[in-house]
Amino acid sequence: MAQTTAAPRYVVEAYDIHKSFGDFEALKGVNLTVAPQELVFIIGPSGSGKSTMLRCCNLLEQPSRGVVKITGEEITHRGVDINKVRQRIGMVFQQFNLYPHMSALGNVSLALRKVKKMARSEAEDRAHAALTRVGLDDKAGNHPTELSGGQQQRVAIARAIAMEPDVILFDEPTSALDPELVGSVLEVMRELRESGMTMVVVSHEMRFARDAADRVIFMDGGLVVEEGTPERVFTDARSDRLKAFLTSVTGH
Amino acid sequence: MDRFLDQFFNLEVMAKYLPDVAAGFVVTIQLALSVIVTGLTLGLALAVIRAFQIRPVNWLIILFVDLFRALPPLVILIIFYFGLPFIGLTMSAFVISWLVLAFVLASFAEEIYWAGITSVNRGQWEASRSTGLGFTQTLFYVVIPQAIRMTIPPLTNRTIAITKNTALASVVTVEEMLTVAQTSLAYAANTSPLTMAAVGYLLIFFPLTMASRWVESRYAWKR
Repeated sequence: MAQTTAAPRYVVEAYDIHKSFGDFEALKGVNLTVAPQELVFIIGPSGSGKSTMLRCCNLLEQPSRGVVKITGEEITHRGVDINKVRQRIGMVFQQFNLYPHMSALGNVSLALRKVKKMARSEAEDRAHAALTRVGLDDKAGNHPTELSGGQQQRVAIARAIAMEPDVILFDEPTSALDPELVGSVLEVMRELRESGMTMVVVSHEMRFARDAADRVIFMDGGLVVEEGTPERVFTDARSDRLKAFLTSVTGH
Repeated sequence: MDRFLDQFFNLEVMAKYLPDVAAGFVVTIQLALSVIVTGLTLGLALAVIRAFQIRPVNWLIILFVDLFRALPPLVILIIFYFGLPFIGLTMSAFVISWLVLAFVLASFAEEIYWAGITSVNRGQWEASRSTGLGFTQTLFYVVIPQAIRMTIPPLTNRTIAITKNTALASVVTVEEMLTVAQTSLAYAANTSPLTMAAVGYLLIFFPLTMASRWVESRYAWKR
């Protein structure tokens, strides 16, 4: 971890986040705090604002209002070097978004070389180590099109962890995968979690949420409706909206 | 048949005018290469500058590009050749032909590169920016390599179409291959020099298309 001085209380803090797209208000005042080594799961129906909320955490979406802090440092402040902050926030996307013109190794080492300014050999050593962690070092020389969806997503995770970020944001990491490929990606995420990585996950993998998450947040209509331990959210839903959502995803 | 052969493949005439046509061939190659290198480079530079979305700059680029795409190259060539001396710019006919064709190629190339840049998936930008690469770094390391690879086929087409216009330079007295061939044709009262010129064009453009196919396959990746 890139922690230096006294560990901050929260890795991610977001307060009163609003986001509008034209007339549509996607987020209507959302708070989110993530403690070190915590795995926070955000669930909710599509259009609930959960992905937008996640993307506000590294300013891929600029909040219309509100404050985002990463390890205590306010990043929504004017004049913050966002590129510097983003080095500390990994992100994994639904569509993997690997660079098709580069090998897996090139994908993982690009930011090490160009952002962290490492020499090529050092960057590649680190990229190999990251690929080993996701079990794909033997595919280091392959291009994304030569990999399965699950392998591509694991390379994308390696790209994020190689930067040794303080937190990794996962935006529906398994939604674009064939069912039989989901397991390998969840396995990597589970290992990451066990190694102490702080993670925020937007996903529909309820079973994974149930046994890996520390906390589950249910969003609907641009607001946090309920949150709590997985146990509490999944077995003791209090709002009708959460009940309806859980019924729709589990099919009971 | 004999008359046809005599008209187009008269060896005597060919031997006599070969040195002249060869000299023209060299001029055409020089002109073609200069146009290709500067045109494609300038086009890429313009597309890159346009990506920075600086309004007044973009208007200028679009004006430049639309002008040079709209006007026939011959018209531009004549305007430049006869007009520039009036504003104190005297350049050789070769340089003017080179500049005009390079500008025309750059204009078409800019639009093609630009289309390539805008068609790179937004997710590529987001992934790159999320790792801390800046806008310019993302443009150069992630977006442009993909844009160029996508645009090789249309770029090749345009490059060939515009580079063939080197023949227009004959209008402003450049001693390129077609000029020489036509002069020789008039002297010899025989079209064989034109046949040689035709072979000359094939010698220039076949390698060009082959090179582009090679580049295309070399850098292709399945999508």
